[in-house]
Amino acid sequence: MEFSLTEEQEILRDTANSFLEDFSNSQSIRKAMESDLRFDPVLWKRMASEMGWTGILVPENYGGIGLSWVELVTLMEQMGKNLLCSPFHPTVCLGISSLLEAGNEEQKSSFLPLIASGELIVTLACLERSGSWLPEGIETTFEKKGSEYCLNGIKRFVPYGHSSDLIIVAARKKDNSNSKDLSLFLVGSDNPNISINQLTTMDQTRPQSELKLSNLKLSESKLLGKEGDGWEILNKVRSLGALGIAADQVGGAQKCLDMTCKYVLEREQFGRKIGSFQSIKHRLADMMVLVESARSSAYYAACLVKEGNDELDEAISIAKSYCSEAYFKCASDSIQLHGGVGFTWEYDVHLYFKRAKSSEIAFGSPQLHKDKIANFLGI
Amino acid sequence: MHLEFSKKEELFREEVSSWLSKNLKGKFKPVVGRGGSGDQTELLEERVEWEKHMGKSGWTCIGWPKKFGGRNASINEQVIFYEEYTKAGGPGRIGHIGETLAGPTIISFGSKEQQKRFLPKIRLGEEYWCQGYSEPSAGSDLAAVKTKAELVKGKWKINGQKIWTSLAKESDWIFVLCRTTKKSSGREGLSYILVPMSQPGITIQPIKQLTGQSEFNEVFFDNAETQEENVVGEVGEGWKVAMGTLGFERGTSTLGQQMAFEQEFNTVLKIAKENGSSEIPSIKNQLSEAWIGLRIMRFNALRMLSNSRDGLLSKEAMLSKLYWATWHRNLGKLAMDVLGMESEIGDKLPYDLTFLQKMFLFTRSDTIYAGTNQIQRNIISERALGMPKEPRGDNKK
Ligand SMILES: Cc1cc2nc3c(=O)[nH]c(=O)nc-3n(C[C@H](O)[C@H](O)[C@H](O)COP(=O)(O)OP(=O)(O)OC[C@H]3O[C@@H](n4cnc5c(N)ncnc54)[C@H](O)[C@@H]3O)c2cc1C
Repeated sequence: MEFSLTEEQEILRDTANSFLEDFSNSQSIRKAMESDLRFDPVLWKRMASEMGWTGILVPENYGGIGLSWVELVTLMEQMGKNLLCSPFHPTVCLGISSLLEAGNEEQKSSFLPLIASGELIVTLACLERSGSWLPEGIETTFEKKGSEYCLNGIKRFVPYGHSSDLIIVAARKKDNSNSKDLSLFLVGSDNPNISINQLTTMDQTRPQSELKLSNLKLSESKLLGKEGDGWEILNKVRSLGALGIAADQVGGAQKCLDMTCKYVLEREQFGRKIGSFQSIKHRLADMMVLVESARSSAYYAACLVKEGNDELDEAISIAKSYCSEAYFKCASDSIQLHGGVGFTWEYDVHLYFKRAKSSEIAFGSPQLHKDKIANFLGI
Repeated sequence: MHLEFSKKEELFREEVSSWLSKNLKGKFKPVVGRGGSGDQTELLEERVEWEKHMGKSGWTCIGWPKKFGGRNASINEQVIFYEEYTKAGGPGRIGHIGETLAGPTIISFGSKEQQKRFLPKIRLGEEYWCQGYSEPSAGSDLAAVKTKAELVKGKWKINGQKIWTSLAKESDWIFVLCRTTKKSSGREGLSYILVPMSQPGITIQPIKQLTGQSEFNEVFFDNAETQEENVVGEVGEGWKVAMGTLGFERGTSTLGQQMAFEQEFNTVLKIAKENGSSEIPSIKNQLSEAWIGLRIMRFNALRMLSNSRDGLLSKEAMLSKLYWATWHRNLGKLAMDVLGMESEIGDKLPYDLTFLQKMFLFTRSDTIYAGTNQIQRNIISERALGMPKEPRGDNKK
C-alpha cells in the first residue's frame, strides 16, 4: 500500500496545472463559456495532440496512452482547479468508458483512435424530463423494424450535447413493461432526425442541451452492448462519471481555499489583515479539512477502479457525496470571506460557486449517494 | 499510488491475526472488547495482565526500532496490526501513554542510559506512564506552566501542581514539563523530567468526571524527588521535547483508536436496525453520513501515513485530530438519537451508565484534550495555511 502519488503522477499533476494556468485563466474561461461551442477548439486540439489527455484511458493499441483512473483523477482535479471549459468529462469519463465497457471490436477500433486524437467529441444522453437517475426516468423508446432500430423521445440535461459528434443514447424497448429493459445506441449528431437545442445553464462552464429524436433510424451496428444490457452498462458508466466529477470538485474546492487564503492576507480592515481574525482563520481550517478529506476520498475510489475492487461503488458514492458537499461549502465560504467583491461578476469566485452547484447534482446528488450508502449498510 | 498490501504484508497480517485468535481467549476472554471510550478505567488488573502477555510475546511497541526491542514495523504493518487488533476485539491498551508518548520521546531525545532503564519496562508492560503537562493556569497555553524543579544535591526537587492527569493513580512514572530556570517565562527555561509516582512528595487527588468516573486527577508535587539524570534532552530545552511528544500524540498513535471507532459505529448501527430507528429518514441519513465520515477518516489516515517521510508527518497530519475528535463526538450524539427514549436509562442505580451513554459523555472530551478543536484550527490556519498568529495578551494580574 502506498497511498500517495508516484513521481510520474506528480509530474503529470504539475504539468497539467501549469498548462491549464496558462490556457484556462480567467480571461480564457470567460471567452470560452460565452462562445457558441462553449469551449475553445484550438485548446481542445492541443490537449489531445500535445498533452495526450483525450487518450489517457484509451489503450495503446487504439492510439491512446493507456493510463489508469488514478492518473485521470489527478488530471481532472487540475481541470476543476482551473475551471476548464471543455467536453472532456463527457468524452472521456462517459464516452470512452462506455466504449471500453460495452463496445465491440469494430466500434472500439473505429471510435477510440478518433477520440484519442481529439477528432471526436462524445456525450451521453440518458436523463429526460423527470431528471430522475432511476431506470423509470428513461422514456425514450426504440423499436426494431427489420434490421433497423427506430428511436423516439426527448433527452434533457445532455452535457455538451450541442457540440458533440457522437451521442450515446439510452432508450427502452417499446411496449415492454420491464423498466430496466434498456439499450444504448451510438448516434451521430449529424443525423437528420435529431434536433439539438442548447439550454441556458446557470453554470456557463457546463453547458447542457435538449435532444429530440423523431423516428431516428439506426443500423444494427449502432447498438452498444447487447440489447437489454443498457441499464447495467449505464450504471457502471455513470458511476465512473460521478468519480470524474468528484475529481473536478476536489480541484475546485482547493482553488476556493487558495483564492480565499490569498485574499484574506491582502485585505485589511480595522487596521489588520482580515486573515488575522480568528473567525476567518477557523473557517479556513475547516475548509482545509474538507478539501483534504475530499481528495482522499476521490483518490481512494480511483485506486479501486484500477484494482478492480468490489468496494468500488460504495467508494464512489462516498466520494461523490463528500466532494459535492465540500466544494459547495468551500465555494460558499469563499464568497462570504471575499465580502462585496465576492458577489461581483468580475471576480472568479462566482464561477466556482456555480460549478459547485451544477456538479453537486450531476451524477447523483449527495442525498442520492447517501441513500446508496444506507443501502450498503443494510438500512 | 495503490492500496493493495504486498504479499509480505499479507503474511504479517496472518501472523498477527493468528496470534490474536490463539491468545485472546481463556483467561483473557473477559477483556475482549473492553477499555474503550468511557470504559478506560475498567478491568485494569486484567488489562495489565494482557499487556504483559502481549509484551512478552513481542506484540507491544511494534513500531519501535529493533534495538529497543520493537519490530521496526513499517507504517503499513502498524496499520495492519491495528486493524487486526481491533477486529479481534483487543482491549483498550492501558500502556498506550508509555508506548506512544513516553517511549518515542525517550527514543528520540533520551540518553542511552534512559533508553536502557525505561524502554524495556514499557515494552513488557511492567511500568505505566502518565502525562504531566496541564496545570490549573496552563491549559491550551501550555507554555504558561509554573511547576518548578530545582537541582539539590544530585536530585531534582519538584514543587507545583498538574491537573487533568489521566491514569495518574495507575501509573508508575510521570513525565513533567516544568520550569528549571528561575524567573523564566514562556517556552524558555522549561525542562522535561521523568518522575516516579510512588513517593511521599506526590499526592494524587482524583477528579470526578461528568461520566461519574475518575480517569483524570490532580497531581500535587510537594518537594517530590527524582534523580538528576532523569531529564530528557538538555536542561532548559523541555519545550522542544514536549512538542516532540505532542507530535507523536497527533500522529500514528491515534490510528488504533480510530480503528476502534468502527466497532462503536457497528454497535450503533445494529441497535438502529433492531429498534427500527434506522427507518426514520433523519437517523438513516445520519448513519450514512457517519459511515462516510468514518471511511474518509481512514482514507485520510492512510494518505497521511503514506505521505509521511522519515517519520515526519505531513501537513495533512495536522487535520487528523480535529477530524476524528469531531466525528467521534457526533457519533456519541447519534448513538443517543438512535436509542431514543431509552437513551436516558442506565444500567444500575445509583449511576451506572451503559456503554453507549459513557461513550456519548466521554466523547465530549475528545474535542478538548490533546489540543482543543479551537487550538487545532489555530494550528491548521497558521501552520498549514500561513495565516497570522494569534496575538498574545500581556495580562499581568
Ligand atoms: C479527559 C481528559 C484527559 C486529559 N488528560 C490529560 C493528561 O493526561 N495530561 C495532561 O497534561 N493534560 C490532560 N488533559 C488536559 C487537556 O490537555 C486540557 O484540558 C486542554 O489542553 C485544554 O486546556 P484547559 O482545560 O485549561 O482549557 P482552556 O485552555 O482554558 O480552554 C477553554 C476554552 O477556551 C478555548 N481557547 C483557549 N485558548 C484559545 C485560543 N487561543 N483561541 C481560541 N480558543 C481558545 C478552548 O478551545 C476551550 O474551548 C486532559 C483533558 C481531558 C478533558
